[in-house]
Amino acid sequence: MRELELYFGPQHLGMVGNFSITLKVEGDQILEAHANPGWLHRGFEKLMEYRTWIQNFPLVCRINVIEPDSMEMVYAMAVEKLAKIEVPERANYIRAIVLELSRLASHLFGCWAYANMLGFDTVAQWAMYHRDLILDLFEQLTGARVYHIYICPGGVRRDLPEGFKEKALNTLHTIGGCIPDYDATFFNNRLFYERAKGIGKITREEAKELGVTGQILRATGINFDIRKVEPYAVYDKVDFEIPTREDGDAYSRVWIIRDEMIQSVHTIMQCLEKIPEGEVYKRVPNPFKWNIPKGETYVRVESSRGELGLYMVSNGKDKPYRVHFRTPSYPHGLLVLEKLLKNASIADVGNIMISLYVTAPEIDR
Amino acid sequence: MKEKSKVNGKPSLLGPFKAIKYLFKKPVTLRYPFELKEPSLRCRGFHLNDWDKCTGCGNCADICPNEAVTMVEIPEIEAKPGEKNERPQIDYGRCCFCGLCVDICPPGSLRLSRDYFHIHFKTSTFNLLAKDEKIDKEHFLPADKYSVFKASLAHRKKDNEGFSSELKYSLFEPKRVSMPQVKPEERKLSFVEQVLGYSKEEAKQEASRCLECKLCEDACPAHLKISDYVRAIYEDKPDESLRKIFEDNPIPAICGRICMAHCEDACSLGKRGEPVAVRWLKRYASDMIEDYKKTLRLKPAKSIDKKVAVIGAGPGGLSVAYFLRLKGYTVTVFDSLPGGGGMMRIGPPPYRLPIESIDKDVSHIASLGVKFRFNTTVGKDILFEDIYKNYDAIHLGIGMTVSHSTRVKNSEKAYLALQFLQENKIGKKVKVGKEIIVIGGGNVAIDVAREALRLQHIQYPEEKVITKTVSLEDWDIMPATKEEIEDAKAEGIQFNPGWGPKEIKIEDSKVKGLLCIKVKSVFDEQRRFRPTFYEEKEMFLKGDMVIEAIGQGPNFSFIPKELFKKLEFTPRRKIKVTEFGQTSIPKVFAGGDIVNLNLDAITAIADAKRAAEGIDLYLKGN
Repeated sequence: MRELELYFGPQHLGMVGNFSITLKVEGDQILEAHANPGWLHRGFEKLMEYRTWIQNFPLVCRINVIEPDSMEMVYAMAVEKLAKIEVPERANYIRAIVLELSRLASHLFGCWAYANMLGFDTVAQWAMYHRDLILDLFEQLTGARVYHIYICPGGVRRDLPEGFKEKALNTLHTIGGCIPDYDATFFNNRLFYERAKGIGKITREEAKELGVTGQILRATGINFDIRKVEPYAVYDKVDFEIPTREDGDAYSRVWIIRDEMIQSVHTIMQCLEKIPEGEVYKRVPNPFKWNIPKGETYVRVESSRGELGLYMVSNGKDKPYRVHFRTPSYPHGLLVLEKLLKNASIADVGNIMISLYVTAPEIDR
Repeated sequence: MKEKSKVNGKPSLLGPFKAIKYLFKKPVTLRYPFELKEPSLRCRGFHLNDWDKCTGCGNCADICPNEAVTMVEIPEIEAKPGEKNERPQIDYGRCCFCGLCVDICPPGSLRLSRDYFHIHFKTSTFNLLAKDEKIDKEHFLPADKYSVFKASLAHRKKDNEGFSSELKYSLFEPKRVSMPQVKPEERKLSFVEQVLGYSKEEAKQEASRCLECKLCEDACPAHLKISDYVRAIYEDKPDESLRKIFEDNPIPAICGRICMAHCEDACSLGKRGEPVAVRWLKRYASDMIEDYKKTLRLKPAKSIDKKVAVIGAGPGGLSVAYFLRLKGYTVTVFDSLPGGGGMMRIGPPPYRLPIESIDKDVSHIASLGVKFRFNTTVGKDILFEDIYKNYDAIHLGIGMTVSHSTRVKNSEKAYLALQFLQENKIGKKVKVGKEIIVIGGGNVAIDVAREALRLQHIQYPEEKVITKTVSLEDWDIMPATKEEIEDAKAEGIQFNPGWGPKEIKIEDSKVKGLLCIKVKSVFDEQRRFRPTFYEEKEMFLKGDMVIEAIGQGPNFSFIPKELFKKLEFTPRRKIKVTEFGQTSIPKVFAGGDIVNLNLDAITAIADAKRAAEGIDLYLKGN
């Protein structure tokens, strides 16, 4: 049979985000896949070297559209570590609430993408609706729906608005109440089971070797989560579980996401319950005269897709000397995807890709 | 919600039919644009700017990560100290709605609204000169006239404020680093300097507050490069800082203590918080450097064979001598006092300005080659005619040296302020009474009162002593600075604002007290000084000593009649000068209190800088 080169994306209905895959196919079998992540290169890391510490904070969230808060968090943590700033306790609780809300929103977005890709449009619309409810919460808290620009070095930018707790609990109950429907229509749907079971399977050893983190790693049975390994914000003060599964395929990855959403809801409720009174912002120095002492740091958080790290060097000036992000989608979207697509069928390209929760903009910053 | 994470049900083909029930539920989508969603109260939409509060400082433009904010000159707005005639214009092609501009805005005038619609074919319409409904009544409409179909930057809703500035979350520090001071109970017993000065850490921290908007530099009469020297202190380079100061002001030790600090009044941080302590930072820079000459290494230019006489060694005279000496002229300064400083030497009491600080500045100027002839009264020890003949140019910086008297009955029994201050500094200290009444509400009156209080404590230790002041002006219009009033109050000085003197009561040729009458108004409709009184409302203040501190005037008696006739004056009795300080007698230049309505050292220094330029031009034959 003749070997063909097939372009999948960036203009393709099954493609989520500005990303493309060049496939070498024979019949409907893929011989080789080559991922091209550069469609959304905006030069963030370089750009950050030209902006002051404070000016960078509205910028970092743009690296990931779907979950901007973990980006803000990791940047704030790095700056605080370099500048030795203590964050008020209440701010840490608010940060945890924001991060879990954004994990929830991101996972719902992932459900939408996956359900949409496989043709489960009903579930996709539910997920989008529920994500929108969380965006409403974000709008009330931060003033914006997508790029919140809220977690800043020194704490958070504003305190919880009036009535936020009630509204948040209300939203969480609404979403939690729909879980049986999600289960019946999507997670336990026989059609979905048939479509996802055994697809995109990765072993524990391969996952370790390729630097895989997040739910893809946990789906192979390794219990690894930065929130437990290196607790930040208030994750050492709240009670939550890390769901794991053994099979390492698309089906178990989706189930991990479902279970993580439940854990997130649980965590937010605990935070809202335990949150102490007090300040939420420790004033950072004058932005025009803020030089951070020489030093380098690596900080990491558990984003909704895996380990998100930030390596930052300060040479004592008012701008970072070097910034490097370790984004989870980098190994997932390039190494794992190329590996899993080998010998897969063309019909499964989108299926595998979306089960890896690849966010294109964070691969090539 | 407490389900175990590993549980999952059995995949089923019939289960998904549960979703059918959603067919009978109400849709969750909104029928936009007929159904609208109200944006949240913190929504970050288009900008609003209160032009009355905005100072045009440009911090919003400086912090904007996308350079979306441009400061645009507005011809209708008049620039004045503390306010530029510029206002921010926002390019919505660049704006990312982060709101950093809101959090840095010192007066809190810039806010974000809850509008976010703008649809137009022309990209030029995406530039908005941010205003709010207060000035822009045309484009901000009440809710009933607003339609989302027309929504744009030119069709906005009124009272639709979103993300706005809160001082708690501001990016600047509104609080000043407090200055260590000697406690009032302790300092009133002696002449020890009240302000202790910042430590290195404190000075750096205070300097770090400055946003470098340079509103202060416009407000300073001498236009010192304030943001530069404050930045040098922040960078821990006091020598660099001092060098910047010396470009415009050669007496930082003096000005760092007693300057009226017009810069601090203009400081944008002062709009909602406390201004940067510019004066104390200048003092820190001068205190840090022990020997100016060694650090600054200033060298006069090549000698020019022209002689300049400077009459009066006050701030103006010292400065003009310094600037001219650096240009290479031979400068001689005449003063009747035994040292430099002029009014600074006799006026401010040592707890505010120690003599050592004055001498530090003066001796540096002397070390550059300026000749000083102290204890030389022009008109007595040397004739003005001789100076006029022998020198190529003359600068008059003689200041206000004659105290005015209230001229009420028995006012000859009262001390005059300058007489009192001068006698204390030069020669024997005045023997004060136990209950002193100071007439006046200006800074001189407060200086006199606080100095008198200290003398009382020294001369009558452990006895009950009282010092009180009487002033025509009530609290709200009292000319003395707030800080001075607060310090005086803390030391126990009693104030009687809103009362005018009527008569000094005498018994057995000794002062018994002061009869006062209630003030009706101080100024007339034209804002001219013309006090009126309620004659029937009287008050008697007991006291055994009265000091009058109601103002000073100049003394021109040393100038010969025929020359004096040539000297032109303004309607407000000030010497008329050109922009370079030249009087109507070409050879004679003047500056300071005899020229200005602003009676302070920094204005005299500003005059001196211009006069030095003028003398230079004049002597070079231009």
